[in-house]
Amino acid sequence: MKPDQNFSISITADRLAFGSVLLFEHLDFTLKKNEWTCLLGPSGVGKTTLLRIVADLVPNIKNVIAKCSDNKPLNGRTSYMAQDDLLLPWLSVLDNVLLGYKLRSKQADRSKALNLLQMVGLSSNIDDLPAKLSGGMRQRVALVRTIMENRPVVLMDEPFSSLDAITRVRMQDIAADLLGDRTVLLITHDPMEALRLGDRIHILSGRPVKFITPIIPEGTRPRSITDTQLLKEQASLLTRLSNASTLDLG
Amino acid sequence: MNILKPAFVLVTLVIIWQLIIILSDVPPYILPPPFSVIEATVAHADIILVHATITFIEMVVGLVIGTLLGSSSALVLSYYQPARQWLMPILVISQAIPVFALAPILVLWLGYGMISKIAMAVLIIYFPVTAAFFDGLKNTNLGYLDLAHTMGASKSSTLAHIRVPAALPAFASGLRVATAMAPIGAIVGEWVGSSEGLGYLMLHANGRMQIDVMFAALLILALMAIILYYTVDAGLRRLLFWSPETKLNQL
Repeated sequence: MKPDQNFSISITADRLAFGSVLLFEHLDFTLKKNEWTCLLGPSGVGKTTLLRIVADLVPNIKNVIAKCSDNKPLNGRTSYMAQDDLLLPWLSVLDNVLLGYKLRSKQADRSKALNLLQMVGLSSNIDDLPAKLSGGMRQRVALVRTIMENRPVVLMDEPFSSLDAITRVRMQDIAADLLGDRTVLLITHDPMEALRLGDRIHILSGRPVKFITPIIPEGTRPRSITDTQLLKEQASLLTRLSNASTLDLG
Repeated sequence: MNILKPAFVLVTLVIIWQLIIILSDVPPYILPPPFSVIEATVAHADIILVHATITFIEMVVGLVIGTLLGSSSALVLSYYQPARQWLMPILVISQAIPVFALAPILVLWLGYGMISKIAMAVLIIYFPVTAAFFDGLKNTNLGYLDLAHTMGASKSSTLAHIRVPAALPAFASGLRVATAMAPIGAIVGEWVGSSEGLGYLMLHANGRMQIDVMFAALLILALMAIILYYTVDAGLRRLLFWSPETKLNQL
């Protein structure tokens, strides 16, 4: 059964500081329903902090407001995928995928898990410990675990950045395929990833970051890596980002 | 398991022991030769067995109770934040007083029997288990905790399914230390006051200049300590089949 996901989320904050560093001013962006929103920016700009706040992982933050269009709270309707796969080393692949059920003491949907593991090509690894798997395989397990949570909103923090280029492209395809109809917030520092997967791309740069009109790439995700338009846009994004960071250093 | 290397070490030690006796001409009432120790062990096997059983029970019961108390303390400390302010000072004070200094008091309060020796062993074992396990419970990978939070896990479920398993390698190193210390508690307790056990047998034999019996008791004590350690170690390896440390040790 699909979760009810007929809502958009607007995220606003007047200002957001981390310690004495002002990260964001007039923060305002929207996660439109069933769309992938990308936050693209260099390391250290505050992307992860922002995502963690949206995921309710930073206690005592009151000034960032995530408002859902159906007026229900966002809390409990998100699932979270980090850069680190966070597989528990003492659980098998299957048990890792079913971790959420175990933590909530609910009956696990094993057949769905087995089905998804087969779709990502891991059906022969269900009893393996994570230590036996390659980085790409581990990240696929983490992806299946995220999908098994069956939440309307998926928050992803550079989920593929530790993978090699070839595996990364394959993972992007798999994620686009399996999470295609979800509302996704994807954080990345890779312009190519943002352009392949994003429906709207917010560029985060400078300090404090100012939100400007997002880039809306054409076509449907995952956009092909051989698309010349995509490569052109990647080049222009890279230029924009590196200009911004030069200003920072200056 | 590779039994050859430990056997080789043992034989070498016995040869060195014998060589010292031959070269230094030390009298047998100071250092008896290995053969006469084995002879004494066989000759007094019935008495040694009786006393060894007592000491072994003290060690094992002390280890079990100490481990249970230690791990429950660690769980309470990590689950209830306020408990730290109250329990930590008690823990530190209990370690500031040398346990050996407590031995006469324990014998006075708990009598000459096994109870006072088990209490000694428990006191010695309690701290390393508590400290190591608590440390492990405090240092759970924050990413795991984030994940559990977004999955809607309760505090107790996070503890049971994530923090405890993640802390098991730390618990295991604490328990290994504790296992190595368990015989000390039992023997010291027996020295201070008892009518049975290997510690008592050693004192008794010493008083009667039966040095070979003393060494025989020591030999059996060492054997028991080694067996206990390797049994616990094997159990921990099974428990921690997934830990990279376990694999490293097997190489």
